[in-house]
Amino acid sequence: MLRIPREVVDAMVAHAKRDHPDEACGVVAGPEGSDRPERFVPMLNAASSPTFYEFDPTDLLRLYREMDDRGEEPVVVYHSHTATEAYPSRTDVNLAMEPLAHYVLVSTREHGNSDGPVELRSYRIVDGVVTEEDVVVEAANQTGV
Amino acid sequence: MAVEVRIPTILRTYTGGEKAVPGEGTTLSEVIESLESNHPGIKERLIEPGGDQDGPGDLRRFVNVYVNDEDVRFTGGLGTAVSDGDQVVVLPAVAGG
Repeated sequence: MLRIPREVVDAMVAHAKRDHPDEACGVVAGPEGSDRPERFVPMLNAASSPTFYEFDPTDLLRLYREMDDRGEEPVVVYHSHTATEAYPSRTDVNLAMEPLAHYVLVSTREHGNSDGPVELRSYRIVDGVVTEEDVVVEAANQTGV
Repeated sequence: MAVEVRIPTILRTYTGGEKAVPGEGTTLSEVIESLESNHPGIKERLIEPGGDQDGPGDLRRFVNVYVNDEDVRFTGGLGTAVSDGDQVVVLPAVAGG
């Protein structure tokens, strides 16, 4: 199960809508071992593509150094699908290399850049096996932020 | 030349859970060979399989390696020189479709 603060969900959705029709991507970092996604970190999609995303290698190193310095890990790795459902593609599965992360997918296919609900789902992807999990969105005051 | 190699979570199964391990060599290629002798199996996660006739395999497309914060794709790839005390960081790409 993924427990995630409301404002982090809102920030991911806003990022996905803003970058539509290209895929948006980023992480939500949290204290190592805590399983608490706290610090929203939108990343540039270096591929600038509607069908692919990739963190720029220089940004990637900076991000991991920063998380290391702060005692964090990527609790959530998120990206959007802009024409298909919020389910990991074959490419997503093949390239998933964070066995401890929750992989969150947001689909903007319904409303694109406009207001309106989006599909948001979460998965574990380990050794090529996809397992969907429940998402519990917590009100901001419950998490003290 | 002794260097420190930072290992990403997904490859720590090869290093007994260690986040950083020592490596030896004057090039990145040699450092990876030294990793392989201490942590068998790790090399093929970093380098494309390449037959002897085809020469050594190249770094895998979705594995990033940095020597002292420089992406080795811009510094000579597997031939990148390393010096005593350098830090090698291995990070899998965060990518998908």
